[in-house]
Amino acid sequence: MKKWHAGSASASRQKNNYEQNRKGRIVKARVHITLKNGVLDPQGKAIQHALSALGFDGVDDVRQGKYIELDLQETDPAKAEAAVEEMCKKLLSNMVIENYTIEIE
Amino acid sequence: MKTAVIVFPASNCDRDMIVALEKITGHKPHIIWHQDEEIPPVDLIALPGGFSFGDYLRCGAMAARSPVTTKVIEHAGRGGNVIGICNGFQILTETGLLPGALMRNESLKFVCKDTRLRVENSDTPFTNAYSEGQIITVPVAHHDGNYFADDETLKALEGEGRVAFRYVDDAGQMTKTSNPNGSRNNIAGIINRRKNILGMMPHPERLIEDAQGGTDGLGFFQSMINAIN
Repeated sequence: MKKWHAGSASASRQKNNYEQNRKGRIVKARVHITLKNGVLDPQGKAIQHALSALGFDGVDDVRQGKYIELDLQETDPAKAEAAVEEMCKKLLSNMVIENYTIEIE
Repeated sequence: MKTAVIVFPASNCDRDMIVALEKITGHKPHIIWHQDEEIPPVDLIALPGGFSFGDYLRCGAMAARSPVTTKVIEHAGRGGNVIGICNGFQILTETGLLPGALMRNESLKFVCKDTRLRVENSDTPFTNAYSEGQIITVPVAHHDGNYFADDETLKALEGEGRVAFRYVDDAGQMTKTSNPNGSRNNIAGIINRRKNILGMMPHPERLIEDAQGGTDGLGFFQSMINAIN
């Protein structure tokens, strides 16, 4: 189960969410972008070393990625997912080195 | 030889490229701002170094989707010559005009220093003024120059003579310590199959007169004049 600990949203964003909720359910897409297997991740390695230096032993590997959150006007989840998939292919991820996963809420 | 230099927000090697092209061709290049709708007919388009669009998302990702880049892709499709230096190389891989990707340097550090390059293929419009195996000194200045391509792509690049430049040591040997960024096979620059597009991380435009500390970059520009005029 995932738990997201977010900071307080800005006033404009709260207002925006309120207006969206009045119209109907807002569709949120969460995109995780990770490096493909076999692609070296020197930043992940540096994080692993830092964790080890802090005494967090037993971390076998660290892979760093990106998380992108999108608020969509599309209310049909299937259509929303298809649209985000296109966004991933065309811009959000670089298919040469990265994979992506999409969650629609 | 008619040339154009594309300028994106946060390009910062555009002036060096403009000065180099003007000095060598005798004509001032067209300077194309990224919002310009047309690129005049030219023999060569140069994508300069820098940090276009702040390197947001990935280096070169935004510039690669910029409308002016569509014109660059059309020019390349007609067989027109395109060079991408540093950020320009990153943009070319992001468009798919060149294979692979440029990732964060293995050291995680910004590397700014002279590198030794070996000319791997002198039978291209960008390298014909050099001799094969010639060692030249050209500076690099980047944080994301770690060339990655999968095994199959790498095999094709090597097998088809599409590695233009490789990082080597003073003796011309490909070693780990002479690799400034962790690039696979010490790759510094590559060309496409049609041989009209070149991308490289080092900056030949920074070495065209003695006042800059050397002239090893001149051959790069001379090659294009040989090929195009």
